[in-house]
Amino acid sequence: MKPAPFRYVAPRSVDETLALLAEHGAEGKILAGGQSLVPLLNMRLARPQVIVDINGIRSLAYIRRKDDHLHVGALTRQRAVEESATVRRQVPLLWEAIRFVGHPQIRTRGTVGGSLAHADPSAELPAVAAALDAELVVRSPSGERALSPGEFFAGYLTTALEPTDLLTEIRFPLLPERTGTAFVEVARRHGDFALVGVAAVVRRSDGTIAEARLAFTGVGPGPVRARGAEGRLAGSAGTSRVFADAAREAAARLDPESEIHATAQYRRDVAATLARRALELAWQRSGGRTR
Amino acid sequence: MNGDPAHTTPAQAPARVPARRKRRLREPQSALTIRFTVNGETVERTVEVRKTLADFLREDLGLTGTHLGCEHGVCGACTGLLNGEPVRSCLLFAVQAAGAGIETVESLAPGEGLHPVQAAFREHHGLQCGFCTPGFLMSAVALLRDHTVPTDEQILETLGGHLCRCTGYQGIVEAVRAAARTWQR
Ligand SMILES: Cc1cc2nc3c(=O)[nH]c(=O)nc-3n(C[C@@H](O)[C@H](O)[C@H](O)COP(=O)(O)OP(=O)(O)OC[C@H]3O[C@@H](n4cnc5c(N)ncnc54)[C@H](O)[C@@H]3O)c2cc1C
Ligand code: FES
Ligand code: FES
Repeated sequence: MKPAPFRYVAPRSVDETLALLAEHGAEGKILAGGQSLVPLLNMRLARPQVIVDINGIRSLAYIRRKDDHLHVGALTRQRAVEESATVRRQVPLLWEAIRFVGHPQIRTRGTVGGSLAHADPSAELPAVAAALDAELVVRSPSGERALSPGEFFAGYLTTALEPTDLLTEIRFPLLPERTGTAFVEVARRHGDFALVGVAAVVRRSDGTIAEARLAFTGVGPGPVRARGAEGRLAGSAGTSRVFADAAREAAARLDPESEIHATAQYRRDVAATLARRALELAWQRSGGRTR
Repeated sequence: MNGDPAHTTPAQAPARVPARRKRRLREPQSALTIRFTVNGETVERTVEVRKTLADFLREDLGLTGTHLGCEHGVCGACTGLLNGEPVRSCLLFAVQAAGAGIETVESLAPGEGLHPVQAAFREHHGLQCGFCTPGFLMSAVALLRDHTVPTDEQILETLGGHLCRCTGYQGIVEAVRAAARTWQR
């Protein structure tokens, strides 16, 4: 038996989940796809007393268009997102990024909410949420609140979620016309966590960048938005030079960690190259041609 | 106690609901009796909740074809099918399979001959020591059920979720390509 002993309960509704979380407090732990939690249990790095398995709550798994947002239930499998024509058409950045999350055999179980709640510093989806200014909807015994990525991600493997909170839904804003997005990453092997990943959003107005957003993963405790470079891009011409300069500026401000697979300097160099590629690709997809 | 017919509390575990609580909350359990099908046969067992499906298959049911390499999701040796979809059985608790249909490598060739995917692995040197093979086979079967003519990209994406220390992979890729042609579905 790999994990330390725990007790297990599988609620059937969101309300029941909230009641169970309230009852067991810090001793309880939500189990979604299990693709991050169960390895931690197997290695006994986590030893919760009570596992609250939310996989039976069908009402938490959906992909739904509502006004100018795409609502994705927290329990939606990553594989379902990847196979969704709606996601591919309406939030192509999410679709492109999710195929970098592990392998098909991992995505059949792994959930969108689980990835965000786990907040691995090299995970793809937190960068997507950051780049799109997604809203993260959290239910607690005292009600519901919607958090911005800046409020939700609180550091290394840490979020604003309390032990009694349940992430229920992620709302991705649909992007206006003439907006392109791109997700690119470098990993040691396909399917591994990113050494560096970049999500870019570019809206154009003729030959000019009307708005640009850039979010990194793998280079800090959580997803990192490059606000300085974004400000500099807005209003500039969409040229290779402009994208390269902005990418370099953004990368220079990063403060990544060194570890056995990549030094901080290597990560910064890769970040600069990937940011340039992501911006150019997003620009092209917005209908622009880079000069 | 539990409204789910596939999930019942074993008789020996006291399932008391304290009277003080107004709304009945489900009580967390250390063991549960589960019912599900494994390779088409209905199985009903009481199992400790912390037992992974992989350990349950191997230890409780004696289905040792499901191999365990890393036990944290990376190697793919333990891959089986949950309602037709490939999953890591080392990252799923047996109790989570309640009500589901599980397929393991033992289901592929119940009789004498080999399954066409197995035959292709033998033909094309898709295995050497065979430790990784059950996982590769189950992922390949799931892929080929969904795609009678998979693209190389789809084959590589699927096989990318598995590690093999012996073959160098080329034989495995060739085996799956060949199986797509030979398997009469
Ligand atoms: C081999 C392998 C490779 C992987 N590669 C990648 C990769 O490249 N990129 C990547 O991003 N991820 C990767 N992952 C992890 C990814 O697959 C997980 O899906 C994800 O990190 C967690 O999602 P989950 O649904 O499995 O959550 P779980 O493992 O069930 O839970 C993770 C954490 O989130 C909490 N939680 C889950 N759901 C909620 C909720 N609704 N509300 C509140 N808290 C919640 C849990 O309590 C737990 O603390 C990989 C995993 C494996 C095994
Ligand atoms: S044993 Fe399950 S993936 Fe390695
Ligand atoms: S055949 Fe030996 S590990 Fe694959």
